[in-house]
Amino acid sequence: MLSVNDIHYTYQNFPVLSGVSFSVEQGELCGLFGPNGCGKTTLFKCCLRFLAAHKGTVHINGEDVSKKKVEELAKIVSYVPQEHKPPFPYLVREVVLMGRTPHLGGFFGVRRKDKEIALDALDRLEISDLADRPYNQLSGGQRQMVLIARAIAQDTPIMFLDEPTSTLDFHNQMKIWEIMRSITEEGKTILACSHDPNHVAWFCDRVIVISNSGVVANGHPRDVINNEILDLIYKDTCSVRSTDGVRMVMPRCIIEKKEQCSSGILAEHPDHSCK
Amino acid sequence: MTETTRLKRLLERMGYDDVGGFSEYKKILILLVIAALMFISALTAVVMGKYGFTVLDVYQTVFTHVTFGDVSAIEKLNNTIIWDIRAPRILLTLFVGGALAIAGAVFQGVFRNPLVEPYILGVSSGAAFGAALGIVFPAIFFSLQLSAFAFGSIAVAVAYLLARVRGETPVVTLILAGVIVGSIFAALVSLLKYLSTDAALREIVFWMMGGFYYATWNDVRVIAPVVIIGFIVLWALGWKLNILSMGDDEARTLGVNPERYKFIVISIATAVTAFAVSLVGIIAWVGLMMPHASRILLGPDNRYVIPASFMMGGIYLMICDTMARTLTNAEIPVGIIASILGAPYLCYLLRNKGRIIFG
Repeated sequence: MLSVNDIHYTYQNFPVLSGVSFSVEQGELCGLFGPNGCGKTTLFKCCLRFLAAHKGTVHINGEDVSKKKVEELAKIVSYVPQEHKPPFPYLVREVVLMGRTPHLGGFFGVRRKDKEIALDALDRLEISDLADRPYNQLSGGQRQMVLIARAIAQDTPIMFLDEPTSTLDFHNQMKIWEIMRSITEEGKTILACSHDPNHVAWFCDRVIVISNSGVVANGHPRDVINNEILDLIYKDTCSVRSTDGVRMVMPRCIIEKKEQCSSGILAEHPDHSCK
Repeated sequence: MTETTRLKRLLERMGYDDVGGFSEYKKILILLVIAALMFISALTAVVMGKYGFTVLDVYQTVFTHVTFGDVSAIEKLNNTIIWDIRAPRILLTLFVGGALAIAGAVFQGVFRNPLVEPYILGVSSGAAFGAALGIVFPAIFFSLQLSAFAFGSIAVAVAYLLARVRGETPVVTLILAGVIVGSIFAALVSLLKYLSTDAALREIVFWMMGGFYYATWNDVRVIAPVVIIGFIVLWALGWKLNILSMGDDEARTLGVNPERYKFIVISIATAVTAFAVSLVGIIAWVGLMMPHASRILLGPDNRYVIPASFMMGGIYLMICDTMARTLTNAEIPVGIIASILGAPYLCYLLRNKGRIIFG
């Protein structure tokens, strides 16, 4: 479905991507994972042709994206940016309707069906109550939900989401991951980057870990999210534990404190509660 | 019944049907009200004037012309003042006001900045230089209007080329390029003012204030086709303009090539502005205010903002110009009235709707 081949990108003598290669199969929910500044967003932008990669190719559905027109590309790829705020107070329903743009034709081309699809997308995210609010006055999390609804309305075989849950509350984070799962069950492909190793481990079919030196690991979360990889990218800050069969990534300082408590070292110390 | 169904089907085909609370019918109704106001303003403006015709005289003259009746039956004086002086002047205010307002709406959308006016890329400074050249060297630049139009367009083209780096024209670079080009031409105008005779200096200053003193049917014939075509194309691109106003990357995501459409809409907006400025001089405020007023009434969707701006720009300038020619015995340059009426309005916007409009 998506295959990225040896992508290189350099921002004014500062190389961000140097030889990133991977591929994603149809119907996979693929997590892109890596530390800040490792080039996740740049990689997205290269895939979407916002940036022209200095070397390497990106193929979607077997077709080279650099040979695709903007109009054609928008029919096969949708994108949810990290943060976006326009100056004009478009209503939420209008913003979501904009997702239908690649499928429009005619004088203005907005058809009844497109409006209904847009409203369905709002429904799916359970944010229909926001429909008549000006988009640029919503909170960051609400805007993120609206952009996800827009991408759903765009109805493309592959979706790119740049940290879709970064500004959401816990309830909405789970909701978005569940929705992404159900979208992939319809046969669509999703590439989403995230900073939460637990989310990636719990929900994704495949995890690709990148750092400035390229792809560090690529595979099923149970093989990829392990102490070795986490130590490599997060410099010894967390460990993988298993509670009731569910794997959890936990900060090492919390684990150590817990261990000290149970061994009684801190038990008498008045400043530390061991509850 | 069949008529209403047919109308509904037409609206549906144009994407203006009322589904799921998009409240399009309400907005269409507002557009129709504005259109009615435009006709009423025009019919009122044609009656107003120093020369005391009766209302009946005025409408009889206009009616005869519009219905291709027997023109020779009208009194000569009536015909000259009402049909040859007032009517073209009113139509010219309508087209100029409309042109500046749609250009303003387009520039605000493309630059993603609600405080932009159509002169942002230097078209006014360029045109002023062209006009000044025509005034100071009438032998070389025989047509003041042509020269103003040419230099106005050149200024924008230079700004656009200056801002273009590796196939992209980022908005911030474009605005800075516009400022640079604008200031160069402003300096050249100052130079010409310094070199010119007193009479020419007076004429330059007068031209730059803008006015409709010499409006003729010829001017209307020049500007009407350009503005009408420009208006229809921009209106048809209204939805694309919505997408452009979300930003370049967003536009690409949604399948609208930002570079191509920016080029198209900026070219059209510049053309209509350059025509307007070359005919009547520099008139400020209309292009800044009317798109705002439209957004307050109809929301930011450019499928509505463009037609509403066009009509409201026309109405506003019509009112300003009617005041300009009737308030005092001498004529007041319309630019002065437009600014005096416009500034309080913008203050009102800033104080009351600032958060909604300016984000």
